[in-house]
Amino acid sequence: MPRMLPYLLLLPATAFLCLFFLYPFVQVAHDSVMRNAAYTLENFTRMAGHWKFSTAFWNTMLLAAVVVPIQLAMALTMASIVTKLQRGRSSILYIFAIPLGISDLAAGLIWLSVFEQSGFLNSLLVGLGVVDQPILLLGYQNTWVIFIAIVLAEVWRATAIMMVILVAGMGLIPKEYGEAADVFGASRWQKFRRVTLPMLKPSLQTALILRVILAFEVFAVVVALGGTQLPVLMSETYHWQFQMQERGVAAAFAMVILAVSVAFTILILRLLHVPKGARV
Amino acid sequence: MAVIEIKQVAKSFGSFTALHSVDLTIADQEFMVLLGASGCGKTTLLRIIAGLETPTTGEVWIGGRRVDHLPPRERGIAMVFQNYAVFPHLTVFENIAFGLRMKKVPQAEVDRRVKRTAELMHIEQLLKRYSGQLSGGQRQRVAVARALAMEPDVILMDEPLSNLDALLRLEMRAELKGVLAESKTTTIYVTHDQVEAMSLADRISVMNGGRIVQAANPVEVYRNPAARFVGSFIGNPPMNFLTAQPAGAGKWQVAGQVFDGPAAAAAEFAIRPEDLHPSESGLPAEVRVVEPLGPHTLVTASVAGQPFRAVLESTLTPRPGDMIHLAPVPDRIRWFDPATQSAL
Ligand SMILES: Nc1ncnc2c1ncn2[C@@H]1O[C@H](COP(=O)(O)OP(=O)(O)OP(=O)(O)O)[C@@H](O)[C@H]1O
Ligand SMILES: [Mg+2]
Repeated sequence: MPRMLPYLLLLPATAFLCLFFLYPFVQVAHDSVMRNAAYTLENFTRMAGHWKFSTAFWNTMLLAAVVVPIQLAMALTMASIVTKLQRGRSSILYIFAIPLGISDLAAGLIWLSVFEQSGFLNSLLVGLGVVDQPILLLGYQNTWVIFIAIVLAEVWRATAIMMVILVAGMGLIPKEYGEAADVFGASRWQKFRRVTLPMLKPSLQTALILRVILAFEVFAVVVALGGTQLPVLMSETYHWQFQMQERGVAAAFAMVILAVSVAFTILILRLLHVPKGARV
Repeated sequence: MAVIEIKQVAKSFGSFTALHSVDLTIADQEFMVLLGASGCGKTTLLRIIAGLETPTTGEVWIGGRRVDHLPPRERGIAMVFQNYAVFPHLTVFENIAFGLRMKKVPQAEVDRRVKRTAELMHIEQLLKRYSGQLSGGQRQRVAVARALAMEPDVILMDEPLSNLDALLRLEMRAELKGVLAESKTTTIYVTHDQVEAMSLADRISVMNGGRIVQAANPVEVYRNPAARFVGSFIGNPPMNFLTAQPAGAGKWQVAGQVFDGPAAAAAEFAIRPEDLHPSESGLPAEVRVVEPLGPHTLVTASVAGQPFRAVLESTLTPRPGDMIHLAPVPDRIRWFDPATQSAL
């Protein structure tokens, strides 16, 4: 009986997951290969055949490739600084964590109010006399501005989650290793590179996986700032599901997002693998 | 040339004072042992010299250079940490090579030094392992090898052999002493183990409650303790102390016997257990416990109601309850001031 106890205790949570996660997942997977009550790959060919698919796919990849490294660098820097603080550490963490409490749609709207034609940025530019009249920043002729605005909003919104994970991870590294590095002649950078980073791998894994998956699911910010100018995988999923009423194709998109997420998760786990015996 | 000068260094942690104005000079190439009970401030002093802790007041000089505002890496030291601090994410090889890598030493030289120090510490078969796959004693030897590989001017060792078995410890002790003397390294070595301290040290600094009570060569520390604490801390069994009554003209009465002593208002009589021999004219002692230890017999007795130990020839076997008389070797008697606890 005592050997079974842990499993028994896990049962409710497992049942919950099966019901509300596994079941819908199987449903979506099923939908993606189902058309007119027959098994087929047509949903996928329709998806891939549409002219917007590859744009959406590469936009998503590009956004992730730009946003995640920036966030990683910023989160690492901020976490190193916060970890060194003697006092006021929790207040600063709270302040940094404020954007986390804002939904991604709200974040998109906040940045829209900065970039739109009557927004802060235009008022500022006009006020400074840089331009004569407000310019259309988020128009279809300059999608790169939309791209930058999305990157800014994403960085602003979701860097803190990485930072919080990394601060916790750095807190777990015993102080003595940093001291040994100091004594044995490591400069600040060497200490970070040769001691902190390798010992932070488990937290880096968590933070990166979380962020990369969320980056592939970027949606509300993109829609708020770019409308349909900058299609991404999620906005296309939404489009097929609700505007086109093509449930099967939307499911195919969902499967693509899932596949990409799983592939990157495995890649991150491999890259940041800690050999057995080398754990703290 | 690396003389270490510690000038009036004090350290407080909040309201607790861990070090009270320590003054100590360690000569170039000297082997200095810090000896003291747990919590007396040995690690704190070592960490201040290393630069891992800033002194509340005072100065630290190494090789004629004031270093107390320099970061550890600019002090030209290597250190063996009490808790090892062997990096878990690096193999034993890379751990030992760590300091050399930081200095960008060429690979061939790294290989040579790692091999040499690993052999010295008998861990050459472990070079590919991670620290999580080592025993405590093996990890400790990696920590020592990592410090030795630096070939520094100054090496600070915080109980570097504490986790080894007696035999290995004996062997490592001898090897360490040889290597450090050969490389002309100035060494500060912390230990709890008196025998280790005696055998390694050029000089021993005995610490008590955040102060250095005596810094002298091992024989001096043993024979002429500068304070009652030193006598009671060093020696196994430690020194015996008996109260003494003044008998006028520099004479003192101890347990009914009269001895020549210092001209002072009050004094305490002290004698080492091995400086006693049975004699009709000796101190009367009532035997409590007799422990035959092979080469000699340890007798625990009571003299004038105070505990008293004697190390006697193993041919002598008094019985518990016996009254014996133990005469001190006259020139081995020491006197301490009961008020200041220092030697008279
Ligand atoms: N960071 C700290 N904060 C507060 N007190 C401290 C701190 N570090 C050390 N102490 C105190 O200072 C005193 C000396 O500590 P230290 O580590 O130097 O002792 P030690 O002589 O090395 O003892 P041991 O032989 O057990 O290693 C101890 O009473 C300890 O509690
Ligand atoms: Mg200590």
